[in-house]
Amino acid sequence: MVCESWKGNLDTYLDNELPEEEMRTFDAHVRSCTSCSADVLARVQMKRTVQVAGKRFTPSADFRRRMQQSIATKPQRSFRLGWILAAAAAAILVAGALTSTYMGNRSGRDHVYSEIADLHVATLASASPVDVISTDRHTVKPWFQGKIPFAFNLPELQNSEFTLLGGRMAYLDQTPGAQLIYDVRKHHISVFVFQERSLRGGLDENSLSPKKLPFNMETWSQGGLRYFVIGDASTTDIDSLAKLFKAAGA
Amino acid sequence: MDVWIGTQSDSFEELAMPLFDQMYNFAHWLTQNREEAEDLVQETYAKALKGFSSFQLGTNFRAWMYRILRNTFLTSRTGLRAAATVPLDSEEDGPELAVEDETPETILMKHTDSELVQNAIDDLPVHHREILLLCEVEEMSYQEIAETLSIPIGTVMSRLSRARKALRDGLRPQFKKG
Repeated sequence: MVCESWKGNLDTYLDNELPEEEMRTFDAHVRSCTSCSADVLARVQMKRTVQVAGKRFTPSADFRRRMQQSIATKPQRSFRLGWILAAAAAAILVAGALTSTYMGNRSGRDHVYSEIADLHVATLASASPVDVISTDRHTVKPWFQGKIPFAFNLPELQNSEFTLLGGRMAYLDQTPGAQLIYDVRKHHISVFVFQERSLRGGLDENSLSPKKLPFNMETWSQGGLRYFVIGDASTTDIDSLAKLFKAAGA
Repeated sequence: MDVWIGTQSDSFEELAMPLFDQMYNFAHWLTQNREEAEDLVQETYAKALKGFSSFQLGTNFRAWMYRILRNTFLTSRTGLRAAATVPLDSEEDGPELAVEDETPETILMKHTDSELVQNAIDDLPVHHREILLLCEVEEMSYQEIAETLSIPIGTVMSRLSRARKALRDGLRPQFKKG
């Protein structure tokens, strides 16, 4: 029992993840303690076995060749042609420099909006639109703990026409976020929450119903998080739900 | 423009191809199927190449690639099915404590059997399987694992501890049989 605290950290020690000073203290203890050194030996053996067993699958030569072809570098142009193209490209770049930032931001923004619309449509079409089914925000919110790298507040819905149906994981630009699904007068509304810094493209601080979108949408940034409220409900309903979230996040 | 894309493509190929074997191995462990693993790796590389301009050179490329692969897997049919079986267990338990007299480790020292261990890893739920492989096979640091799985380091430690315990528990009856 004397070694309980040491043994509790054995794996962290063997993963070389203890602070330097603690590693040295641990080294000294393991050298002098028969019980701990036996445990270390056993766990090292297990790590090695898992490491060997884990290297189990190798890609076929054909698959490797196909992959190499698919990402292979395009053939290099001649040096002289390269310079001519570079000069032409420079002229175009100068002409386009003033508009490129705006266009870049706009295309990034449009990309995000259209991804959000796709995620909402995919949810509506799904046979199981929510991973956690509950109308209770105290059930839904904890479900996201450990699944997404941030926390957020869900609004109190008493005295409102909205009903929480549940939640699910959502991915945007390869980063995880939360999707909440609400019902209002038989319309489904999705609320997406992502970390602002993980999203590409410049988004407005606040924005209402971007053009060319088949849904009503409102988005804003608050406390380092980016919120999207989207659905085929009226703009008034979208705005009401957005206000509830803003109040909850304040 | 082509010249710039070419340069980016060069860098991507140089960075991504050395990871190919290990990415495939990880994908196969996740999908448990050769064809699905190939599709997953192919889609991962296509997405990564497409999004490479947004990747900040000098930051952790390997964690970035694994994150794309894992997120792509989670949104696939197999991934959604696997994620649906994830138990809602608390991840705040402390690390596992002492080992007993006759443990999977001590038995392993006597009868190293890779196939038994492979079967036991195969039987783990996907969230345990992936974290164990990232740590033991890919030898990622806790920080890298946290970036790959988008979870805090504390959760990496507790989940890893649970994964190891689950592996040990899974090995115990197999060794008894053997």
